[in-house]
Amino acid sequence: MSLPDAEKLLLDLADRMRPHVTPDTALVGLHTGGVWLAERLHGLLGLAQSPGSLDVSFYRDDYAKRGLSRDTRSSALPFEVEGGHLILVDDVLHTGRTIRAALNELFDYGRPARVELAVLIDRGGRELPVAPTYCAATLELPSGSRIKLAREADTLSLRLVQE
Amino acid sequence: MARNPQLNRHGELQHLLTTEGLPREVITRILDTAEPFTVVAEREVKKLPLLRGKSVFNLFFENSTRTRTTFEIAAKRLSADVINLNIATSSTNKGETLLDTVDNLAAMQADMFVVRHASSGAPYLIAQHLEATGRDHIHVINAGDGRHAHPTQGLLDMYTIRHYKSDFTQLSVAIIGDILHSRVARSQIHALTTLGVPDLRAIAPKTLLPADIERLGCRVFHDMREGLRGVDVVMMLRLQNERMEGSLLPSSQEYFKFFGLTEEKLALAKPDAIVLHPGPMNRGVEIDSAVADGRQAVILPQVTFGIAVRMAVMAMLAGGNA
Repeated sequence: MSLPDAEKLLLDLADRMRPHVTPDTALVGLHTGGVWLAERLHGLLGLAQSPGSLDVSFYRDDYAKRGLSRDTRSSALPFEVEGGHLILVDDVLHTGRTIRAALNELFDYGRPARVELAVLIDRGGRELPVAPTYCAATLELPSGSRIKLAREADTLSLRLVQE
Repeated sequence: MARNPQLNRHGELQHLLTTEGLPREVITRILDTAEPFTVVAEREVKKLPLLRGKSVFNLFFENSTRTRTTFEIAAKRLSADVINLNIATSSTNKGETLLDTVDNLAAMQADMFVVRHASSGAPYLIAQHLEATGRDHIHVINAGDGRHAHPTQGLLDMYTIRHYKSDFTQLSVAIIGDILHSRVARSQIHALTTLGVPDLRAIAPKTLLPADIERLGCRVFHDMREGLRGVDVVMMLRLQNERMEGSLLPSSQEYFKFFGLTEEKLALAKPDAIVLHPGPMNRGVEIDSAVADGRQAVILPQVTFGIAVRMAVMAMLAGGNA
């Protein structure tokens, strides 16, 4: 199947978000693809706050089954979470479990006034009541496959991965 | 060949008993995993949900306030329930055997034992007993056994060295003091050699060195000034006062004169050398206050890193068993 152009989706996502952000809105990218997207969106939207990043490994609900992931990175939120307007950014929304973990982690930093969710692609298959606030594309994927965001020389692209 | 008792069939950490024979990638993975845990300590809410609903038993057959406290903090920051048992003052005094104590606590749904014992090998015995009786979902962490090992101390020292010096394969490291009685020194030596330190020195009086120390990969120095020349890392050991009572050392003043770390002796090491000490320190015996409080000392960061390293070990043990 042919996948959409990630760079075009990114511009489209920024257009959808632009009317709703203020200079104080803070982006929070989820490792790894979401962090790349948050960096790009930060420039496109002209936000004042540097984007944060979350690695939700410590909050995943499959830890008891699968253990800690091998390359867990540090989370970094270089702004006040308490009372802030935050937008979680991820590349692909699927089961919603990563977002559940991200919300739990976020609230250990403080109580934000509002949290929204921006994703490049919604591929369906939700297992939790989670919906994106901003989404550039919805996509039906053949079962047993997933899409992955890749970055080469600052250019983003989508790849299909067989599981 | 017998399986490494610390690793499960998939080569993952099942118990942490010693740094001896621990593969380099497992050590590196523990250090890598500890890194994000140091960030958690700086947050408003310092807790993570990883060990929620798990019970960690601190089984201390030998007194230790500091080590027990750091394990307790690590387990609590992972949301575990922590039960402290100072068995030095309880049922073994009534005649209960070590394994009976373990069976009783296992019957109380223990998920992890953190064991400190005066006898070398006690944590290994417990781990073996749990596996032989089909309770391999219970994990054992050695918090110091006899003269044998104190792996989390060794690992937090590795974390500290890596934090300040990065590449182990370029380092000269000196371990100084009572190596004969030190489980910390053994855990340090095994970890340092596994991580590829090319120049490892043991500095001590003859009476405080084990006979086979060269076989572990150390060069021996009896002259501290000679041994310190050009090193990147100075690892001091605590001189246990009880050693003075035997005939191993003449007096603590005499010891300080020859093996105490002073600014003057430290000047022989590289200018950016770091000084570690596992605590508690005997100021004026193995280390001078000017050094302990000086700019090259990383003794308090060791304590902070120690909590993150213990969290990493517990999180690696407890996950992936369901």
